[in-house]
Amino acid sequence: MPEKKKEEETFGLKLSPRLIELLAKLQEIELEDFEMNVGDLEIWLQPGAVAAPAVALPKVAPPAKAKPTTIIETDFVPPVETYPGKVVEVKLGATKSEGGTRGKSLVIGGETTPAFYTFERPTLHPPVVTLDVFDMEVPLAKAVKMHVKEVLGDPAAWAKLAVEKFGADMVTIHLITIDPLVKDASPKDAVKTVEAVAQAVDVPLVIGGCGDPVKDADVFAEIAETFAGERFLISSITRDMDVERCAKFVKKNGHVALSFTPMDLNLARELNRRLYDFLSKEDIVMDLTTAALGYGLDYAFTNMERARLAALMGDPELAHPMSSGTTNAWAAREAWLKMAPEWEPRELRGPLWEVTTALTLLLAGVDLFMMMHPAAVKTLKDITKQLTNGGSGDADRLVEWVSAKV
Amino acid sequence: MGEKEGKGKVGVKELSPIDVYKLLPKTNCKECGEENCMAFATKVVNREVAIEKCPPLLTKEHEKAYKQLKEMLKPAIKEIVVGIGNKAVKIGGKLVMYRHEFAYFNPTAIAIDVTDEMSDEEILSRIKRTEQFNFEYIGQTLKLDMIAIRSTSNDPEKFKATVKKVVENTGLPLILCSLNPNVLEAGLMATPKARPLLYAATKDNWKDMAELALMYNCPLTVFAPNNLKLLRSLAKTLLEYGVEDIVLDPGTFPDDGLADTLNNFTMIRRAACKRGDELFGFPLMGVPMVAWMKRGEAPEEIAKWREAYLAGLLVVRFADVVVMHSVDGWSLLPPVVLRQNIYTDPRKPVAVEPGLKVFGAPDENSPVMFTTNFALTYYTVASDIENAKVNTYLLVVDTEGIAVDSAVAGRKLTAEKVADAIKASGVENKVKHRKLIIPGKAARLSGEIEELSGWQVLVGPRDSSDIPKFLQEKWQTQT
Repeated sequence: MPEKKKEEETFGLKLSPRLIELLAKLQEIELEDFEMNVGDLEIWLQPGAVAAPAVALPKVAPPAKAKPTTIIETDFVPPVETYPGKVVEVKLGATKSEGGTRGKSLVIGGETTPAFYTFERPTLHPPVVTLDVFDMEVPLAKAVKMHVKEVLGDPAAWAKLAVEKFGADMVTIHLITIDPLVKDASPKDAVKTVEAVAQAVDVPLVIGGCGDPVKDADVFAEIAETFAGERFLISSITRDMDVERCAKFVKKNGHVALSFTPMDLNLARELNRRLYDFLSKEDIVMDLTTAALGYGLDYAFTNMERARLAALMGDPELAHPMSSGTTNAWAAREAWLKMAPEWEPRELRGPLWEVTTALTLLLAGVDLFMMMHPAAVKTLKDITKQLTNGGSGDADRLVEWVSAKV
Repeated sequence: MGEKEGKGKVGVKELSPIDVYKLLPKTNCKECGEENCMAFATKVVNREVAIEKCPPLLTKEHEKAYKQLKEMLKPAIKEIVVGIGNKAVKIGGKLVMYRHEFAYFNPTAIAIDVTDEMSDEEILSRIKRTEQFNFEYIGQTLKLDMIAIRSTSNDPEKFKATVKKVVENTGLPLILCSLNPNVLEAGLMATPKARPLLYAATKDNWKDMAELALMYNCPLTVFAPNNLKLLRSLAKTLLEYGVEDIVLDPGTFPDDGLADTLNNFTMIRRAACKRGDELFGFPLMGVPMVAWMKRGEAPEEIAKWREAYLAGLLVVRFADVVVMHSVDGWSLLPPVVLRQNIYTDPRKPVAVEPGLKVFGAPDENSPVMFTTNFALTYYTVASDIENAKVNTYLLVVDTEGIAVDSAVAGRKLTAEKVADAIKASGVENKVKHRKLIIPGKAARLSGEIEELSGWQVLVGPRDSSDIPKFLQEKWQTQT
């Protein structure tokens, strides 16, 4: 569809300077000509009453008792609960003194209350964001290439951009080339790629596979051994892999396993149980599958919310920090498709789609977000900060909203 | 799950059809449309039908049972009707705090604001854009629900004229917003029977607002920003005063106050649903349009962006009605779709029946394609095929309700399953050719499918919106 593509590019070119100006101001980050069309992305990022009719009831007779003349004072006691369970804390990355080479390590998890119920307890470890980096020129839209053209095919430079410009807490290196159906790159090749990224940035890394259960295990094994002690997050260990083998090399070399299951808490429990034979609880993060806004986000949200509440109620098999492949938001056509004029510009609609997906899951309890668009990342980080250390609402100012001229 | 239900009341999950059945007339008269009273009771417990659908129950003879049932089925959050006629909206009516505990009812109503200092032209244009917001999504039309009229002038005559203008041009339910009772009364005089939601009673004006609510039979919002003790006291006072339909606004604070906002909404909803606090058992109002306040020189897009994500947060965290300012499709669509998602009934299956579906009048040369039985995928593909008006066979493969890309990744969609589905469907007797169009996102299965099924594979588009184009370019030339 060359004609359509061309039209899309022109459209993007025309609009993007304005968008970038806006997003840059909004996000206080420099973004030039950033636009994406992940509809072209060839890969799936795995962890990646009826009630009565609406009729007002007739007014009932006014009460016979006297109407109050002053405010009747009542009390309010915050409904605080205590929970028997606690999410385990998992450390990602390792500094020199911790046995690795990272500039810093991060701790996620440790919750003793539902997500941002800060009236109960403060947030112990705010969620963190890891940005996607690919080890080859994946078919991103031309407009994305415009933005990352300097770094495409150079995962080290891409990682640097993600950390230095986009504020990534971590970087995910997606090893697409190892896919037997793509380039079938060897485990040694993958090690080289990871080496380059690990040299370029000193944040903790996520190692992303290609989705082939056999090849991924081979590559992960090699990387785990080469980078022993780094506490990389191995993304991911799935039920159809050789779980015992994977768990053993993760344990032996001091990394962290991402336990990935397709939206079913029983399967998540089952896989975690298999991992417990070899790994300690503090070595496991779980990914319960993220579906995009409009394409099953409700299932993902409820699944994660249930998992977290179950963990707090004492289910040890779900008491792990949760990771979300939020980039999957871009699988929704509304995130990237050119639609009728009343829904445009998609350059804003798209990142907002990712933000909305991320924020929904933030409230379900996600600890680690795997994301794509810098504007979405910045918004999520800002909100996380506000929810974690925010001041208090200014009631005097707010009263004005009713008569505010906007 | 998890937290305990309010004391004394039977939790929605514990309520059994037998509890309801016992109080029904038990005559199996079928007037409700069900086979018998037990079937009706089951539907009542699942909130699929209102007990008022049982005519005998509404007679004098069963008055006591009716009242008992009404009490038994009473939601933790009162359901409140705003507006009149067929565009009236119901807000609240929540049975549970978390959607997985049962289901959420009455999706968050979205109101778009106008002010009494906008030009007629602007007001009409905003009403038009609100009414014309229609988004087709898996067989539903997603819409906006209400108009909020704010008095920025504080002038009763101006407000009255604006309300008049608005009701002349729309039947959408209204929220009348001013903290000045004289202004609100002027507005009510312009539309005395429309049952708008009044905004708002505060610690200073509550008595006058209560009088207006009683006089005009309107629901009344209580506004006590960041002061839940005051909010609760005002709710109690208004109830004692005789106002029965109350909406609670604890304040929507953007930026640094966001934590307070979410905490307040959460505490109120938990108190009502888990602790049986009846003073907090009312719908909650959120105001994402606070994102527009004090924006200085920042471009409008930034306010729209912030307003949209605030709306999203509030939809997830218990808001039953929200007031917004932006009328842009790009910024409204994400929260509107999110609202649909969150209010989807989690008890309903996510999958459609697998098998062969027929579109139009296909013949022996018509294309055969397949998709998964994930409901969203299926409806999207089906609607694209219908819009394209092509005669085609669509084979729905059982992937346990998982979408194409994740089904391939999760091995729920395999070449074996596709080959078996072809055999089982009998499509081989319906077409002469042996060409199967597969989803672009299942491209990696091509070789295996050809091997196992003996059919030739054409890799179709990655998004079903391109099916018409694909058929035009690829199918006709190959037939």
